[in-house]
Amino acid sequence: MYGEEPLFGLLNRIGTPVEGHRPWPRYRLGRDGWLRLIEGLAGNGWSLLGLWGEPKAVHAAFREDFSGDVAVVSLDCPQGRFPSLSAVRPAANRLERAAHDLYGLVAERTTDPRPWLDHDAWGVRRPLSEQPAAPVPSPGPYTFLPVEGEGLHQIPVGPVHAGIIEPGHFRFTANGETVVRLEERLGYVHRGVEGLMQGRPVAETARLAARISGDATVAHSLAFARAVEAALGVEVPARAVWLRALMAELERIANHLGDIGAICNDAAFAFMLAQTSQLRERVLRTADACFGHRLMMDRVIPGGVATDLPERGAGLLLELVAELRKRFPPLVAVYDGKASLQDRTVTTGFVSAELVTRFGAGGHVGRASGRDQDARRSPGYAPYDELNFEVPVLTEGDVNARVWVRIREVEQSLSLIEQIVTRLPAISRGLDHPSVPLEAGRGGEGMALVESFRGEILTWVRLDGEGMVARCHPRDPSWFQWPLLEAAIGGNIVADFPLCNKSFNCSYAGHDL
Amino acid sequence: MLKHILTSLTGGPVTEAAPAPADAALAELAGQLDKAAKVRLGRSLSIREVDAGSCNGCELEIHALNNPIYDLERFGIRFVASPRHADVLLVTGPVARNMREALIRTWDATPGPKWLVACGDCAVSGGLFAGGYACVGPVEEVLPVDLRIPGCPPRPADLLAGLLALLETSAGR
Repeated sequence: MYGEEPLFGLLNRIGTPVEGHRPWPRYRLGRDGWLRLIEGLAGNGWSLLGLWGEPKAVHAAFREDFSGDVAVVSLDCPQGRFPSLSAVRPAANRLERAAHDLYGLVAERTTDPRPWLDHDAWGVRRPLSEQPAAPVPSPGPYTFLPVEGEGLHQIPVGPVHAGIIEPGHFRFTANGETVVRLEERLGYVHRGVEGLMQGRPVAETARLAARISGDATVAHSLAFARAVEAALGVEVPARAVWLRALMAELERIANHLGDIGAICNDAAFAFMLAQTSQLRERVLRTADACFGHRLMMDRVIPGGVATDLPERGAGLLLELVAELRKRFPPLVAVYDGKASLQDRTVTTGFVSAELVTRFGAGGHVGRASGRDQDARRSPGYAPYDELNFEVPVLTEGDVNARVWVRIREVEQSLSLIEQIVTRLPAISRGLDHPSVPLEAGRGGEGMALVESFRGEILTWVRLDGEGMVARCHPRDPSWFQWPLLEAAIGGNIVADFPLCNKSFNCSYAGHDL
Repeated sequence: MLKHILTSLTGGPVTEAAPAPADAALAELAGQLDKAAKVRLGRSLSIREVDAGSCNGCELEIHALNNPIYDLERFGIRFVASPRHADVLLVTGPVARNMREALIRTWDATPGPKWLVACGDCAVSGGLFAGGYACVGPVEEVLPVDLRIPGCPPRPADLLAGLLALLETSAGR
């Protein structure tokens, strides 16, 4: 039908649909079906959207990019084992290692069986499984991949880094100035988010979702809220839908402004950071004046939004758009015209189109390397279907392209904010607040795909009969971007690592959970 | 570029007036530092920030302190790259167990006299993450805390007021 096998065609043959999973279908597979899925994955380009565990089951989500079809597949694993997807979808590897560390699920024939989130510091092994185990009595050190060759040396960096950034360990192997291999070790900020979410009321879980990654608090809150609303079949008031998009676009602009300045700062061009950080502050203050919190944390809630836009809000936002449209383009001109800056960003940290496709990387990382994917457009969600915007895509795949994708996205988001503010629906009749109460005592399974400033977030949730969260898995876009950073730095000089890293700006907290 | 420089020169500073040192912080800090330490520190503080499990919300607002609007460095307070250069550890997050050892080692690498500031609700009380298998909880369960700046995340103005109180106390005025 699409030049390759339709995803649903295969799944209808090998699986049985599960009732009550919205808005996309979930299929339960047997072990044979799972193995046939792996064969299908080897021959087709379906993107891996996520993989997560439960005590006796493993789930994975896929999308057929061409048609936009999305499906979840599940395999019961009573023995705690499942055939690994890592050979056909390398991005599955770290997710499988995380499922092992949390749920004790063993991925058979995996490409890499090492632990990932478990650093032998929790005092317990497989904490979320039915039978957590005692810790290893005397754990050995983590084994990094071997690198052999003449004249190589290693540079260990972190977990505590030199700047005001999150913790993670980078193991560089270099030959002189040139990086031969980078290996990441993450998990230092694992806070046990998924475990804390289990068995909690929806409202409390929403507060945890807002703190998965502080810079994408609106997007993660939105993904969680939409997953819950899908599970319960709740219709959100139109005004709330538009206000959510307004907050999401403010968040996107604020982060992109910060990133553009920070990337230039890492090329020793401090002027740009001094300028864009003022613009960022301007955005955060407007957000504060409109929604009562600079980062708009806890403002998107299941059922709607927690705060309505005050009367003066529309004026403030239009002023903000006008001011940014005046002050941002001259800065872009400076960026574009500085040869010394371009010298650092052009051709640096190259990621191929083939790699971003293979790992299903989204956001500025994917779109700077030609992967034309944006969750606001496909699968798409309200109100973006009623708004005009373009998704900038470049093909150069270097630091410079990732900067330019951000620049273009700032411009698009300014236009979106203007459209939203001028067309914001009035509050629905009979409501004094743009939110609806969730019906208590209902269960169901729901999933949402939301475009954060960083890329596509997947959140999957199961609510039990009492309306409590039985299982929630938020998959940050960073999961599929971190592995590519290892590729981006290869062949570059060590001194360009901060530039590459900042141009990705992956979330440690969102990944480590 | 030249136009930008001229505008910056003629436009006057964008930096805003500082808030007063936080009273609550002054009270918490009162009498914590002896005279010898005050003489050594003078009116300057070097801060090493340590994320011990934050969601990165606190980091965003700490970053804002360096922008020209808050301009932390005008007070002689600056962020440094190594704990060996630091007088103060500014710790965020509910101390993820995976970060516990790194946090302690960073503290041990900081020369005395030194202070520890718990920044944000997670560092102050463990926040939403207290009680799980993966977090220790408040920073004070791991290291002695001298000053607490609550908030989720604290606003830059609150951070500034807290750090100014630290500076006032260390300068012994």
